[in-house]
Amino acid sequence: MLVASAGNVLVWMVWIVAAFACLGSGVAVVSFSNPFYSALALIGNLGSLAVLYLLLSAEFVAAAQVLVYAGAVMVMFLFVIAYIGPRSESPWAGGPSWQAVGAVLASGAVFIEIVVAVGLKAGGQLSHSEHVDGTFGTPAYIGRLFLTDHLLAFEITSIVLLVAAIGGVILGAHSRRSVDEVPSL
Amino acid sequence: MIALLGPEIAWYLGVAAFLFATGAFGVLLRRNPLIVLLSLEIMLNGANLALIGFARNLGDGKGQIFALTVMAVAASEVVVGLGLVVALNRKRITLDVDLLNTLRG
Repeated sequence: MLVASAGNVLVWMVWIVAAFACLGSGVAVVSFSNPFYSALALIGNLGSLAVLYLLLSAEFVAAAQVLVYAGAVMVMFLFVIAYIGPRSESPWAGGPSWQAVGAVLASGAVFIEIVVAVGLKAGGQLSHSEHVDGTFGTPAYIGRLFLTDHLLAFEITSIVLLVAAIGGVILGAHSRRSVDEVPSL
Repeated sequence: MIALLGPEIAWYLGVAAFLFATGAFGVLLRRNPLIVLLSLEIMLNGANLALIGFARNLGDGKGQIFALTVMAVAASEVVVGLGLVVALNRKRITLDVDLLNTLRG
C-alpha cells in the first residue's frame, strides 16, 4: 500500500510537470512572433505530450511521437523556416482587433463545448479506468492489432503517405517554365 | 493487471481540450501560414491525447491505432502544407493567409 501510494505521488508529480510544460509550450507556439521560436516551442510540446502518453501506458505511440513528430516533421519545419528566412509578424501590435476578439471567443466556445460534451456523454466512466495487463501499448500489441483487426487502416495510411510524398515532390519541384510564363497569383 | 496511477482520465482530457482550443486560437488569429500549420499540429495533438486517454480508460487498444493513423495523416498534411508555402515563397507571394483568397488569376 505504501509503495502504491508513493508511486501515485510520483506519477502525479510527473503529470503536473508534463502537463504544465505541454500547456505552456502550446501557448508559446501560438504567441511567439518568430516562427522559428514557435517551431522550437512545438518540439517541447511534443516531448511533454510523449511523457503523458507514457503515463497512459502507450509506449509505442510515445516512441513514434518522438521519432516521427519531434524528429522528422519538426526538422522539416525548421528547414523550411530557415529556407524562407526570418520574417516576424506582430499579432499583438495595435491593440485588440476584431479578429483577435473573434478568435478568443471562438476558441473559448470550442473549449467549453468539448468539456460539456465529454462531461455529459462520458462523465460517469471517467472516474474509473480499466486495469490493463503489461502488454497494453507495447510494440507487439500495436503491431498485432495493426496487422489483424485494422489492416485496412494500415494499408490506407501507406497510400496516404505515398500520395503526400508525390504531392510534396510536385509542389516543391522547380517549374520547367520560366517565371513570366507562370500565371501570377 | 496494472491500475492507472496518478490523475484520472478527466485531467488528461482537460489538457487535451485546452490544447485543442489553443491550436484553434492560433489558426484563427495568426496570419503567417507556417504558424497556422504549427497551430494545426497542436490541435491534432490535443485530439491524439484524448484518443489515447480514452483508450487507457476503456482498456482498449483501438484508440492508440487511431492515434497512430492521425499521426501519419498529420505528417502528410505537413508535407503538402510546407510544399505550398515553399511554392508561394518561390513566386514571391506575401506569406499572409488573409491575402491568399484566390486560387488562380
